Amino acid sequence: MFHRWFAQRGWAPRTHQLELLTRSRAGASVLLIAPTGGGKTLAGFLPTLVELHDRGARPRKLVSTGKDVRRSDGLHTLYISPLKALAVDIARNLETPVAEMGLPIRLETRTGDTPISKRTRQRRDPPHILLTTPEQLALLLASADAPFLFGTLKRVVLDELHSLVTSKRGDLLSLGLARLFTLAPGLQTIGLSATVADPRELCRYLVSQPPDGEALADLVVATGGAEPRLTMLEPGDYFPWSGHTARHAYPAIYDLIKKHKTTLIFVNTRSQAELIFRELWDINEDSLGIALHHGSLDVAQRRKVEEAMVRGRLRAVVCTSSLDLGVDWGDVDLVVNVGAPKGASRLLQRIGRANHRLDEPSHGILVPANRFEALECRAAIDAVAEHAQDTPPLRTGALDVLAQHILGTACGKPFDADELYAEVRGAVPYVGLTRADFDGAVDFVATGGYALRAYERYAKIKQDKAGRWRVTHPRFAQQYRMNVGTIVESTMLKVRLVRSRNRSGGQTGMIGRGGRILGEVEEYFAEMLSLGDTFVFAGEILRYEAMVENEIYVSRSNASDPKVPAYAGGKFPLSTYLAARVRALLADPGQWRGLPDSVREWLDIQKWKSVVPGARELLVETFPRSGKYYLVCYPFEGRLAHQTLGMLLTRRLERSRLQPLGFVANEYALAVWGLGDVGAHIERGDVSLAQLFDEDMLGDDLEAWLAETALMKRTFRQCAVIAGLIERRFPGKEKTRRQVTISTDLVYDVLRKHQPDHILLRTARADAATGLLDIKRLGEMLSRIRGRIVHKRLEQVSPLAVPVMLEIGRETVYGEASDTLLAEAADELVREAMSGGGGG
Amino acid sequence: MAEVAVRQGAEPGEMIRLAGARLCADPSGILYWPEQRLLCVADLHFEKGSSFARSGQFLPPYDTRATLARLATMIACYDPLIVIALGDSFHDGDGPGRLQEDDLQTLRRLQHDRDWVWIAGNHDPHPAAGLAGRFMTQVVIGDIVFRHEPSGDGSRPEIAGHLHPKARVLTRGRSVSRKCFASNGHRMVMPSFGAFTGGLNVRSRAFDAVFGGSEFVAHLLGDARLYAMTASRCLPD
Repeated sequence: MFHRWFAQRGWAPRTHQLELLTRSRAGASVLLIAPTGGGKTLAGFLPTLVELHDRGARPRKLVSTGKDVRRSDGLHTLYISPLKALAVDIARNLETPVAEMGLPIRLETRTGDTPISKRTRQRRDPPHILLTTPEQLALLLASADAPFLFGTLKRVVLDELHSLVTSKRGDLLSLGLARLFTLAPGLQTIGLSATVADPRELCRYLVSQPPDGEALADLVVATGGAEPRLTMLEPGDYFPWSGHTARHAYPAIYDLIKKHKTTLIFVNTRSQAELIFRELWDINEDSLGIALHHGSLDVAQRRKVEEAMVRGRLRAVVCTSSLDLGVDWGDVDLVVNVGAPKGASRLLQRIGRANHRLDEPSHGILVPANRFEALECRAAIDAVAEHAQDTPPLRTGALDVLAQHILGTACGKPFDADELYAEVRGAVPYVGLTRADFDGAVDFVATGGYALRAYERYAKIKQDKAGRWRVTHPRFAQQYRMNVGTIVESTMLKVRLVRSRNRSGGQTGMIGRGGRILGEVEEYFAEMLSLGDTFVFAGEILRYEAMVENEIYVSRSNASDPKVPAYAGGKFPLSTYLAARVRALLADPGQWRGLPDSVREWLDIQKWKSVVPGARELLVETFPRSGKYYLVCYPFEGRLAHQTLGMLLTRRLERSRLQPLGFVANEYALAVWGLGDVGAHIERGDVSLAQLFDEDMLGDDLEAWLAETALMKRTFRQCAVIAGLIERRFPGKEKTRRQVTISTDLVYDVLRKHQPDHILLRTARADAATGLLDIKRLGEMLSRIRGRIVHKRLEQVSPLAVPVMLEIGRETVYGEASDTLLAEAADELVREAMSGGGGG
Repeated sequence: MAEVAVRQGAEPGEMIRLAGARLCADPSGILYWPEQRLLCVADLHFEKGSSFARSGQFLPPYDTRATLARLATMIACYDPLIVIALGDSFHDGDGPGRLQEDDLQTLRRLQHDRDWVWIAGNHDPHPAAGLAGRFMTQVVIGDIVFRHEPSGDGSRPEIAGHLHPKARVLTRGRSVSRKCFASNGHRMVMPSFGAFTGGLNVRSRAFDAVFGGSEFVAHLLGDARLYAMTASRCLPD
């Protein structure tokens, strides 16, 4: 019957689909690795469809559970997707074969948008197949109905697994899976994933790990598939030194759109997307259908674009990672990736969006926005040709997520600590969880985990006579439901266009309110802006005027060279693997043939004027420039790690009395400048580069900085929310996120002083190591370059230093203690204040 | 008695005049009146952490000791004869009963040999059993009324707390927000001292009511000194 259905549509089941079916029917859990377009999702559902068909329609009897009456013939398969839109799409796509084959199957979705009445009904009378998200799974598990609901479960299908496992959501999901393995013995899983560096890890993720040894799901890899055709766009006459706009390439991109049926244009940031979109329309003389798709856009708007795409009404979509995942699209025959590819696997996944048919090659064109990015593009193309993969290794499970899960488990049903510990350790991210940390997490949930045992009498969970932990009051279950999930949105600030401040006198008060909202930026980006900085946003060059409440005020600027690049380089850094390849490429002039002429020339001049660093070396250049002295180094570890390095280096230079004034970091390099001639000091030997870059900077200096940095406080806030220390929102009235920020900052200060080893502080540190501060990567870099620092003292800026030097803003970004700022403001205003003010 | 603000080893706080009295506002947020050897502190909110814990939000139980430690430093610096806790000394009426033994001992040491006045606040309107010190709804010293909520008709100089004033200043495009003393030379609202206390922007309406809508000065707490700004130059929230 299934063959007939395939045949009717002119399809033949693919080898990997049949293989998956065979193994799954034999009872194995299976990981299917296939590129997009491999019929992956259908493959994941085939075993379930076949089983439910063979079983035939069952009478849905009413059974008594003692407490109430429910339906028999329960839930058979659970499908988990990282995106709720994806779950909805898949359900829709699945309804077609189910209806056409007349299968006796009910399938439903459950997302945050599902009405409460339907959710209640689903718990009592579940469908055969439920399509949902990790957060909804956690909620279902935390209800008393969970044993009933999941007792009949045969299979879980995890879609886009490679993407799920890289974040705390993956931790939460792994714990949910562990719960399901307990509730439904014999449960099988099917993981669907793009190609990853280490499939074995995902195979482990899919099954419960025994206390000793290792359990693995079967692996099925879709073979075949044409090699992707990947090229780099020749930059033409002018190739920018810095910036991420790739403006020089827009006419060429427009020509590509004209020559292809449908083109996807991937960029790294929303503002880049806005910019390209706007400028493509400026030159869109043929009025081609070009649309925009990114995460800040309204959901309805995004769906509209997606629909138009599927119907083949668009010639191009400019998009961000918002389209990295998702269902199959129309006939995309070209993918253009503008800017740095960041990682080989990521690039391959994006390119796979073109030609969703395995047997035709995907066609991708890389457009570097500046010279360094050309190196990264070249390295990525080579890596893809070698089938190299650089997806990150599996995470170690976070303790804040564990705390959330423990409370959720208790909300479902009282638990035994020994049993839960064993269950949790079956989840791969928590395989190495110590009993002490587990007990610490239980203690945190119960009474806050404080050395000062002050809150015993207010415990949220308590042990009953049988030693089982149970929730002490129903309102804590309510609290849990409000706080479930691991996504803590970063605070966004609206960008409002106002008239520039009138400085010529007269107006001494506020800047006029009430301009147009241009969009939103992350708070941390806004915090780094100084008055007068210009930056690109929504396709315009804007001047930063003020931050007022949840808005930043900007005015239009005609600056030809915006000083602060908007979201320079996007949020996540280039992969460690790609970074190493870029260093190797740089170090080997023999490989420069594959680079655009202007880039090769640039490197040749660098070789002549300074030096090209070896693959494992760190080049440090020093030179004077208009009254200041610069130190530029090239670690290639990404902007986040470089920022942390910049903070720590300036602290050290300050101690060496070299009077650092500021620093700027990009993806590849870091520039520090100051009043002291750092190059001369190094040559004289009174400053040692080995000491300056010693790993011990990750000790005391880091500690001192962590005490005050807003980045650490933000990281702590996220942990506090996830772990349930701070409520995300209250029923009825949502606390504004800025208010939450304030209170967790106070908590952070007090806790850091009185219990520095508290579980949440440890969690925040672990997060900071890989997150906003990227300390782990910095540590690996410092260790790699030990004894391999090459100093070059120059008379003037080197070619390699130009890109990062161009990113220097007018004002320094670093270390301006708020007290210094206050003093300035006070000096300016003190006379006025003391004379009684101008108001009268 | 020498009429100087004696804060050994540190810069003295800023002298603020209030109806003829010379008061020393310390960057820590306390007020010292040298002439009377009087130290005043507002909104300690002891046991705020444990107050939240009762509803299952387990804020660290260290706020009382953090607050006490800072207060102890100030008392050691100025060595006052009179201490006035200007109300909301405890976050709720049961707060005194939840004090940790250590913290209670610290408090007793601070109170020893001093005239300690607990002013009633809206969070702690009733005298606490088991605590030393006098309990009063308000107290008048010299010509100045000390009370929790700013509430007089303005005929008499007044020092109050309750509102937790803070001010935001924009400088070089960055906004800096700090707790502050708010004063117009006749009335003063003191900053909150408790470790877990937040602030209310001086541009809020509540301050118009106190100062009759006319200008006043916000003395922002810096790390080592105060910074005075006219309130109208501060940013609203």
